[in-house]
Amino acid sequence: MFTCKTFVPRCATTAMVLLALSASATALAQPVLDGHNIKPELGRLVPDYQGTIVSGNGSGLPLGQGSVEQGEQVFNARCAACHGLDGKLAGNQLAGGIGTLATAQPVKTVGSYWPYAPTLYDYIARAMPYNEEKSLSVNEVYGATAYVLYLNGIVKRSDVVSDSTLADIQMPNRDGFIELQQ
Amino acid sequence: MDKDSINQVIEGGLLPRRALLKASALGLAGSFVVPARASQDWMTHAGEPQGEYGQPSPFAQLKREQTGGHPLGHAAGSSSTPLQDLNGTITPNSLHFERHHSGIPAIDPARHTLTIYGDVRRQLQFSYEDLLAYPMETHQYFLECSGNSFRNTLNEPLDLTAGSLNGLVSGAEWTGVPLHYLLDEAGIDSAARWVIAEGADAAGMTRSLPMKLALDNVMVALYQNGEPLRPAQGYPMRLFVPGSEGNISVKWLQSLKVQGMPAYTRDETAKYTDLLANGQAEMFSLAMGVKSLITSPSGKMTLNRKGIYEVTGLAWSGAAAIRGVEISADGGVTWEPAALQSAARPMALTRFRLPWRWVGQSSILQSRATDTQGNIQPTRTVALARYSAAGFYHYNGIQSWHVSNAGVVKNVYV
Repeated sequence: MFTCKTFVPRCATTAMVLLALSASATALAQPVLDGHNIKPELGRLVPDYQGTIVSGNGSGLPLGQGSVEQGEQVFNARCAACHGLDGKLAGNQLAGGIGTLATAQPVKTVGSYWPYAPTLYDYIARAMPYNEEKSLSVNEVYGATAYVLYLNGIVKRSDVVSDSTLADIQMPNRDGFIELQQ
Repeated sequence: MDKDSINQVIEGGLLPRRALLKASALGLAGSFVVPARASQDWMTHAGEPQGEYGQPSPFAQLKREQTGGHPLGHAAGSSSTPLQDLNGTITPNSLHFERHHSGIPAIDPARHTLTIYGDVRRQLQFSYEDLLAYPMETHQYFLECSGNSFRNTLNEPLDLTAGSLNGLVSGAEWTGVPLHYLLDEAGIDSAARWVIAEGADAAGMTRSLPMKLALDNVMVALYQNGEPLRPAQGYPMRLFVPGSEGNISVKWLQSLKVQGMPAYTRDETAKYTDLLANGQAEMFSLAMGVKSLITSPSGKMTLNRKGIYEVTGLAWSGAAAIRGVEISADGGVTWEPAALQSAARPMALTRFRLPWRWVGQSSILQSRATDTQGNIQPTRTVALARYSAAGFYHYNGIQSWHVSNAGVVKNVYV
């Protein structure tokens, strides 16, 4: 025989669901059909966890900076084999294409399409170079970011980008999107 | 057989459903032919011994198709399910389509964690073992890559199989922990509107999930068709967002950041956005449209006899359940409702069937699905007109198969 000492009875499950629904503003209205929602609450507190996600508004960017000049060296050594020295190798094109989006042959690049500059930092830091992911230092990533922006005519050859300036860079296609979920 | 009902052939040879039902009510009238002695060689000695993990029959010759990758990164590519070789509504795990952005990571679950952080009362971390102890739910859902069927957006129709053209879709039974259990435990801030999901693969796939979806029917999936997720599908854990484009069901899930804004990651801005003809692009276009295709007869098949065939295929909708599927054998001039062979489940594959008499006539077979919200699958022309000519995500146009008078079945545009 099962007893209430070892098994949480289904009637208590239902009561707890109702209690949770009435007690919490964020309680969620998933009805318990053939299951239960008695949870073991095993999550461990990690108050210091920072994560690595950088958002379009620049939140999450690590302290650091890189110049176009430093970035050129990084790009030529670590990126150009797949993207071309000018960033225009077909299939992996990063530069050019501005003004083509409404044509029959749109060319989507960082310069012509991407709405936010910090996204470039986030993507290079997490996913590039292909097959050598996460091997660049923070400042190398800032440099590569600066150089790709330079190849697109968005920053000048003498420019430096950093955690405090990257979010302010206006991308040409910033207003080119219709957000369906807002 | 009830010749009268079987002979109620309508346009293009399709047999109406009432004829099918009448004929089936008569039962089996044919005779059984039983040999006196078994004589096949597999009947005369013991077969293979039992094994630890099963394999399909070598005679079935099942394999994924279109297994190519990027020229400069072979592990960044996809493979598609051979839909034409399967039946029912469940995709076998070994044949589930794949789409990876930097290969399949070999994750040791003992060294993998899921962290919920950002705008929460308590930042929490869970091990795989922790999650196995949570209450779970089991549901059948479809999963479709946003780029599925993109080959049919190209200017010329490719002579390929149903799976090569449309095989970035699956149906499976997914089991996992409802995401809201974990978000509730962390305590989300009232201003939080998005959950940013991050994978642990080399590409670190990251997507922003609207909170209203996250709190609805999203799960952290741990099992697929009854067994732990395969590495190619996110082992040890993946996000599963029913009805939405596959990319947001982030595999190898390692973190969920709760915040007020989307992250606007590369894959939800530069990729997986839908360019329109005017140069603007739709972002966070998550729901997959109502869609269907005939899996048999289908591309690269040859009808090698005249007579009755079963036209069968799959239908699904990201918004609702499937209400009906119609079949045309004359390129969309006339339509006949098909029989639906599974309960109408929201955001799940539905199998449809309809008998068809082929007597050597040149035909164009099509299917057209309608969901319970009244959304109707568009023609190819209408589906393409919604986007830029170069667009290829979220294509749900009607698939057309031409059957020549020699019985050769081929992908065509109507």
